[in-house]
Amino acid sequence: MGKTLFDKVWDAHVVRSIENGPDVLFIDRHLIHEVTSPVAFLNLRKRGNKVLHPERTFATADHNTPTKDQHLPVKDALSAKQLAALEQNAKDWNIRHWGLGHERNGIVHVIGPENGITLPGATIVCGDSHTSTHGAFGAIAFGIGTSEVEMVLTSQCIMQPKPKRMRINVEGELGFGVSPKDVALYIISKLTTSGATGYFVEYAGQAFRDMSMEGRMTVCNLSIEMGARGGMIQPDEKAFEYIKGKEFAPQGEDWDQAMEYWKSLHSDEDAVFDQEVTFDAADIEPMVTYGTNPGMGMGISKSIPTAEEAQSNAATFEKSLNYMNFSQGESVMGKQVDYVFLGSCTNGRIEDFRAFASVVKGRKKAPNVTAWLVPGSHGVERKIKEEGILDILKEAGFELREPGCSACLAMNDDKVPAGKLAVSTTNRNFEGRQGPGSRTILASPLVAAATAVSGVVTDPRTLLKEESVPVV
Amino acid sequence: MAYDKFNVLKSTAVPLPIENVDTDQIIPARFLKATERKGFGDNLFRDWRYKADDTPKEDFVLNNPLYSGEILVGGKNFGSGSSREHAAWAVYDYGFRCVISSFFADIFRNNCLNIGVLPVQVSADFLNQIFEAIEKDPKAEFVVDLPAQKVTILSTGASESFEINDYKKDNMLNGFDDIDYLVNMADEIQDFAEARPF
Repeated sequence: MGKTLFDKVWDAHVVRSIENGPDVLFIDRHLIHEVTSPVAFLNLRKRGNKVLHPERTFATADHNTPTKDQHLPVKDALSAKQLAALEQNAKDWNIRHWGLGHERNGIVHVIGPENGITLPGATIVCGDSHTSTHGAFGAIAFGIGTSEVEMVLTSQCIMQPKPKRMRINVEGELGFGVSPKDVALYIISKLTTSGATGYFVEYAGQAFRDMSMEGRMTVCNLSIEMGARGGMIQPDEKAFEYIKGKEFAPQGEDWDQAMEYWKSLHSDEDAVFDQEVTFDAADIEPMVTYGTNPGMGMGISKSIPTAEEAQSNAATFEKSLNYMNFSQGESVMGKQVDYVFLGSCTNGRIEDFRAFASVVKGRKKAPNVTAWLVPGSHGVERKIKEEGILDILKEAGFELREPGCSACLAMNDDKVPAGKLAVSTTNRNFEGRQGPGSRTILASPLVAAATAVSGVVTDPRTLLKEESVPVV
Repeated sequence: MAYDKFNVLKSTAVPLPIENVDTDQIIPARFLKATERKGFGDNLFRDWRYKADDTPKEDFVLNNPLYSGEILVGGKNFGSGSSREHAAWAVYDYGFRCVISSFFADIFRNNCLNIGVLPVQVSADFLNQIFEAIEKDPKAEFVVDLPAQKVTILSTGASESFEINDYKKDNMLNGFDDIDYLVNMADEIQDFAEARPF
């Protein structure tokens, strides 16, 4: 029987299988940030252990960093202390550290691919659930807890039961104005936030093949929101082209050898998946969420369903709509919005800014909207400037902030105030996620842009001509 | 790090019959700024437990003196969202040793097992029976028997078995975590690392 892509990569990393227990899995590359690593380093010291392979760990500051005046000392004392702890730990253990202000600094899941840390066929972990992002390159990548961060630092391994395999096919071409974010939100709305729990997902079909690497990263990023530990896509020429020449990717002869291996990374024709689902790209339109988990999403032209229609627990569903101050049967389109946030590890890459700019070009930001535009990294920020996108944004009344996770989880000052409604290109619309009492509608950069210039939730297809939309 | 051994737990339980309780509710992100593991129990369910002015919300179950115990009972898909181990720390530090639900999110379940909180997954029907038993009598007791992998509602005598792999069960019974196991594999891991292409 053939093997799935997932099995090929997983099996190649099993150091030992424990009977009726987990596999001991070797980790090629480990990413750390300031929030989930300090206690791991503390415990490592307490036990008298050391970092086994510092060259396989990469540190960046992203979760609690300010997006204004990064050249000044961080004002929040607790954030400053966490950032200092990361810097000190990295120094003590000889780990590469791209801190605040470093030219390679940015969100952990943006800088990994940018620097060739992310590779096909690799195992990649980080104390962050959106580590699934790196699966876009055919890596097995998933989020871990702080105990597991300590395991990786100590032994370069973690202990994991092998997940089951699921394949999600989206066949056909995506429609006008429909982006990778919409595909992911559509799938999550169908599978629910627990539909893929216990599985590792492979995304297959024309919709994903047609996507750029950025688009694939957006899709894989959101795998965790359907409960999956991770998601991956067969690496192809687009993936290889993206990686080639990046600093931490194999070079020269090593590159040729790696390519030979990478080309074998696909699910065999007779490979069997524990579950397989197929969707039609033509059924997907720009998506918005209306509730307090990413599974509560719908096409932007639709009305909020009843609990029964949504096949949800009535009490939980009602609690969620009450929090959002929305009603069953009403439309989300046309609702007045207070904040628009473009950024995060989900949609903070150059293509997301290109898409946003394609809508706001020649228009003006609506006066009732506060907009936060936060690039995923300094690398993205540099491209925004080089490509002239910054000029378009400025002309339309927007300003660009400095990189970081920002309002996605509101650990820094970028908090949406209580009761205010935000359209956000992020990954979670949980209660209070963007600040205590904040209300979040998840959407694509195109929907966010259309909303930012209209002041109300807006279908981007009403503002765009087909030829003006960049292919994403 | 090492935690108290888990064997047989007999306790009353705190009911939270809400589905999809995510880790942002269990511990909001603004409380993740610590550089050591301290005080997380105080902020467990912070925004459901306290108003913006830090006074308790009286209708939330943790503020209701009728309910107490070392078992937390949650609705389906408990612990979804972020990988923050702080959520499991908050549950443990508050005083819970066991969470019962009909379904757990993967990372949260792993984090619990790694720090000494036992996640017990039961059928939807049995979960309802547990909620009903607590509704009838907030002081209803439950027995979570790890060696026998069984949970019992003492007031009705109903019981159901639960799954846990032998390796993790042994760890919980002895208060071990994975680090010692991995450190003992150092040579095997070193050989493996040297053969990796990147």
